[in-house]
Amino acid sequence: MKKKDIDVLKHELVPEHVVMDDKEAERIMREYMVSKAQLPKIKESDSAAKQIGAKSGDIIKVIRKSQTADRFVSYRITIK
Amino acid sequence: MTSLKRIGRIKFGLLAPKEIRRMSVVKVITADTYDDDGFPIDMGLMDQRLGVIDPGLRCKTCGNRPGACPGHMGHIELAAPVVHVGYTKLIKKILLSICKGENCGRVKLTEKEKKEFLNRMEEFRENDRPITPIVEEMFKTSAKVMECPHCGEEQIEIKFEKPTSYYEGDHKLMPAEIRKRFEKIPDEDIPLFGMDVNVARPEWMMLRVLPVPPVTARPSITLESGQRSEDDLTHKLVDILRINQRFQENREAGAPQLIIEDLLELLQYHVTTFFDNAVSGVPSARHRSGRPLKTLSQRLKGKEGRFRGSLSGKRVNFSARTVISPEPNLSINEVGVPKAIAEELTLPVVVTERNIEEMRECVRRGPKHPGANYLRRIDGRRIKITEQNAEEVAETIEYGCRVDRHLKDGDIVLFNRQPSLHRMSIMAHRVKVMPHRTFRINPAVCPPYNADFDGDEMNLHVCQTEEARAEALLLMDVQRNILSPRFGGPIIGGIHDLITGMYILTRRGKMFDENSALELLRKTDIRKLPEPAELIDGVPYWNGKQIFSQILPPGLNLTFNAKICYNCDKCRGVDCERDAYVVIRDSQLLHGVMDEAAVGAFKGKVLDRVVKEYPNETARKFIDDMSHLAIRSIMSEGFSFGIDDEDIPKDAKIQIDEAVELANQKIHKLVDAYENDELEPLPGRSLDETLEMKIMQELGRARDETGRTAERFMGKDNSAVVMAVSGARGSMLNLTQMAACVGQQSVRGERIHRGYIGRTLPHFRRNDLGADAHGFVASSYKTGLNPTEFFFHAIGGREGLVDTAVRTSKSGYFQRRMINALQDLEVKYDGTVRETHGGLVQFMYGEDGVDPSKSDYGKAVNVKRIVEAVVGDEKGAGRV
Repeated sequence: MKKKDIDVLKHELVPEHVVMDDKEAERIMREYMVSKAQLPKIKESDSAAKQIGAKSGDIIKVIRKSQTADRFVSYRITIK
Repeated sequence: MTSLKRIGRIKFGLLAPKEIRRMSVVKVITADTYDDDGFPIDMGLMDQRLGVIDPGLRCKTCGNRPGACPGHMGHIELAAPVVHVGYTKLIKKILLSICKGENCGRVKLTEKEKKEFLNRMEEFRENDRPITPIVEEMFKTSAKVMECPHCGEEQIEIKFEKPTSYYEGDHKLMPAEIRKRFEKIPDEDIPLFGMDVNVARPEWMMLRVLPVPPVTARPSITLESGQRSEDDLTHKLVDILRINQRFQENREAGAPQLIIEDLLELLQYHVTTFFDNAVSGVPSARHRSGRPLKTLSQRLKGKEGRFRGSLSGKRVNFSARTVISPEPNLSINEVGVPKAIAEELTLPVVVTERNIEEMRECVRRGPKHPGANYLRRIDGRRIKITEQNAEEVAETIEYGCRVDRHLKDGDIVLFNRQPSLHRMSIMAHRVKVMPHRTFRINPAVCPPYNADFDGDEMNLHVCQTEEARAEALLLMDVQRNILSPRFGGPIIGGIHDLITGMYILTRRGKMFDENSALELLRKTDIRKLPEPAELIDGVPYWNGKQIFSQILPPGLNLTFNAKICYNCDKCRGVDCERDAYVVIRDSQLLHGVMDEAAVGAFKGKVLDRVVKEYPNETARKFIDDMSHLAIRSIMSEGFSFGIDDEDIPKDAKIQIDEAVELANQKIHKLVDAYENDELEPLPGRSLDETLEMKIMQELGRARDETGRTAERFMGKDNSAVVMAVSGARGSMLNLTQMAACVGQQSVRGERIHRGYIGRTLPHFRRNDLGADAHGFVASSYKTGLNPTEFFFHAIGGREGLVDTAVRTSKSGYFQRRMINALQDLEVKYDGTVRETHGGLVQFMYGEDGVDPSKSDYGKAVNVKRIVEAVVGDEKGAGRV
């Protein structure tokens, strides 16, 4: 199998990644009162980011399973 | 007063030679310090312009006396440049990245590449990201270029040899040459190295001028004999000056190249060790006595260095330290303070209308206990109160004076035991002045401090201001810290004898008449007993459960399994033959015993419920009453443990020997099967491993079997058994080892194999795979071990010892690193975790936003409890 054919998001240990549209991103930044630079970062070259086609400056929503909260949503800013 | 200013930002740069000369007040040229009269020599290392330390002299620069003069920098002109040890790696990288060309000296990158790197750095800076990775990439790229893109000069490979040598091919590069090359680097190339041209030029990493620290930074001390002893730094500077001078003389005299080079090397060595005396590859400079010199870097680095030793940590006044000992009659929020300490530690009290008489009495008593040590009058004069002047001073007292009065009962102090690993390591206690010389604490507060009484010492700090006391009470009071934020359960509670005492009291069949019942409750404020459980010949009797119920706060309902529960397949509930099923209804203990699972620290369910559902004060009172009651109970019953508690009857001994013999036989069979190739290997194991595993299993089974036998014969009233089952101290395993069989000794989880070829000791035949030959100890501690068993036991024991030693040091350092990495994170009001710049670390603390100290053993809510509280629990079916 070629590297390209692997969808990392299908692996059970990889949480769900979604690129957010600008409106939603704006809402999140207002909700948490943060600038883009204050958000946790993810590299454009990250396998999961590549898979969903995130570009530098996009905000990615990461939905993961949590031991304490069952389901936990966090956000990351894509950087170069 | 000067106004406070905020630091906007800090810029780091290199010290330019010009800068060094500018801030210098004297050029030091002679290596001598004092003349024959003991007077500082001009232009020497103790020149009076560098500051003064001897009383009576005045600084020639600022005119101040010692103490007021801050000291002034000097400088030494080095005869040749030397490498600064702190920058050797950077020097290497820069050397590799620039062109060696006579008229070039530019970074070996094309204009395009250069621009690209600079742009990326700019972009990263704007985004507040560290530019280090780009700088590293730049060094990597440019080092590979072997032909200068600007002048076409062929490059030669440069090698760095620790600690301070650089070779270009076979030619050794002198610091002077390197300096020349660096000087040629154009200003616009400097940012590529991550440097700012305004504050740092690469050639400044080659020292031509050495700053001389002021005398005040390296004071000499006068010994009793009148002899002067110089500071380590001064010694080092003397060395530098001497070699510098010799180097200069030799060079001027035209000495052979070889000698010059040697001298330069020596100068380099002295300058290197002046900065850092622990560089790898450089022998450390030593004092005449053989002690390594403490130079600049040694002053700053490490635990006792300037940062960790003098700035982050300091010694304090108003503190005391002594041995601790137990006093269960104290409340958990009290601390017994020896009278001698209470007379030394003081608290400032300003005299007012309301307290003048009280303070006058204090002063009148002077140094005798509830007295005072000092009086500060309105004019600011401080008077020491002695027995002689006490009366006199007491008369002069007026409003506004400040009396340093002795510590007395009820004062708020902080109490601490090192290592302070969590916040409960320092808590606020109330003083109780007591005779004798130790601090006394209630044994129930031992767990948070991790204290015992085998000689532990603790520290006490007296809060000096009203604000400090208020804050201590609000945040650090013992009763506010009963619940640990680590796991959301009580960390303060019964241990050892308190658990045993509770267990003995609440067991079935204990009856007390009125006198003994009230005697047990003496230290509590319960004076009325409930309806007696029984009347025998007209005399009322109460059972232990009733007495315990008296100290429970009202309205408590609880059902759970006690620690002594066997986890039978079919629970018989309230009919449990061991009385392990605890039922509390409306604060009456109806069934079950109080043991570790009820009142123990960490695990106590009754304790947990009381702390979580009642005010702190009630919880404190409960723990106090519990410890008073428990200690009285164990004292009236009497409880001891001796060697004869390990006695087991002959029959038991025979059964134990049989069990061991049986195991031996089984092992023989296994070994025979192994030798005849009849053994089936387990999945994923080799034949040898399979055999070992099976033998280990068999031996483990043998030990458990012997343990059960011993337990059966010892009976449940044996004091060791009582302690083990109630969870007070020790385990059944400990008992087994004492009375029946110590069991297999292991190294790294395996039987012992090391020793001679094919055998562990010469006492055994080669290739003997039997139990005895590989560390099975069939004896008990009581019967004693035979010599081979003893040896194997020592092997296993040593491993445990080494393990704990390694673990504590490893985990200590790991914790330090964790704390340093996490100390600035903060949970904000919106529940997010952020660092100092507002950067998000977690979108919700712990992902669920739950404060573990307010949780129920880590869970946000205890659903069962709520259901029980609402629906009721008539049948005793629901359990927590």
